[in-house]
Amino acid sequence: MTDRNIPVTEDELHAYVDNELPAERCGDVEAWLAAHPDDAARVQSWRAMAEALHARYDSVIDETVPKRLEIERLVQQPRKWVYGAVAATLAAFIVGGGTGWFARGAATAPSAFQNLTVHAIEAHRLYVVEVRHPVEVPGSERSHLQQWLTKRCGWVVRAPELTGAGLKLVGGRLLPGSAGPASFMMYESASGERFTIYTAKSDAEATQMRYAAEGKESTLFWADDGVVYAVVSTGVDRGRLTQIAQAVYDQMEKKG
Amino acid sequence: MSAFRQSVEAMIPALRRYARALARDADIADDLVQDTLVRALRSERLFLGGDVRSWLYTILTNLNKNRRRSLARRPQFMPLLDNNPDASGTEAEGRDIARALATLVEEQRSVLLLVMLEGLSYREVADIQGVPIGTVMSRLARARAHVKASLEGERTALRRVK
Repeated sequence: MTDRNIPVTEDELHAYVDNELPAERCGDVEAWLAAHPDDAARVQSWRAMAEALHARYDSVIDETVPKRLEIERLVQQPRKWVYGAVAATLAAFIVGGGTGWFARGAATAPSAFQNLTVHAIEAHRLYVVEVRHPVEVPGSERSHLQQWLTKRCGWVVRAPELTGAGLKLVGGRLLPGSAGPASFMMYESASGERFTIYTAKSDAEATQMRYAAEGKESTLFWADDGVVYAVVSTGVDRGRLTQIAQAVYDQMEKKG
Repeated sequence: MSAFRQSVEAMIPALRRYARALARDADIADDLVQDTLVRALRSERLFLGGDVRSWLYTILTNLNKNRRRSLARRPQFMPLLDNNPDASGTEAEGRDIARALATLVEEQRSVLLLVMLEGLSYREVADIQGVPIGTVMSRLARARAHVKASLEGERTALRRVK
């Protein structure tokens, strides 16, 4: 038997409420509470707090689990799943003309990405109009650019080779993102159309490719290996943006 | 479906509840759950037995910590007035508890929810957060004191208005 004269500590009160107290001490605590109304009131308030938490959040348990959280959907080899989703996205983009499908895609884009795509589009707008100083490091110094951005960003930044798509690397720069540094690279075609690739740290490990548009700018973006990539263009040419995004995606995929 | 997958699936409703209370925003909460599941399923072969439940809570807690870190420097937007005088007692109470939770620092909110809402033991929470049991207990005590003060503060403020 424990001595009733040993004062009950605050830790013991918490342990009592949480059923963590050794059974032989519970009687002592109950006797203590009967004699100490302040402590009894505190214990009561913690119980009420637990009830309030359950009253507020237990309803989530009964909600239908959203489709995107179904195990069957998630188990198809995550990487292939992402790649398959990208292919499906691109096909829908080209074949379906996109509108309806993408209206849905944009609406379901996780909120965490909203800021990021806004940043990518803003950076694109700000710098594509620059004639003299569009970038900090010119495309002629490709390897230096890659090393520098990789070092400053903390993930591997590669300037993909897009000559196959008729694009030449103009260069790149380091940008402040919402959660640390972001890399920004600009490409240009012979006719002067400019595409930019923005990368930043992502909360999501890997996601499907998604589409977002604001004004004249549109972007295809996805996360891979904890980094989000956004390919941005001005003036919607779906086939073209898709072609570039696909090329960028393929090269990032090989990198790993 | 493998036993592993079944035990992961059985945890989805509870993970959603924990994430909802942790992140407040329903979409963000489900993003967290989705990332947790993807990670868990990807590591199926690496999982050598043990408690799937604790492991899932651990992944979700860590993902949320990373998310919070990346949000840390962004200004927080809080509604100036969201008191709905017509709200029923329970609704108003739910809003109060949600608001009180929002004022807690991350580790304290996580401890409070894991113990009080999810019913985990101090030992399990210590493993999830990677800290000694004593730290869990002091975080819990501080969280409870803070939430209690926050709830009482609101009530006092309301009384003063009346």
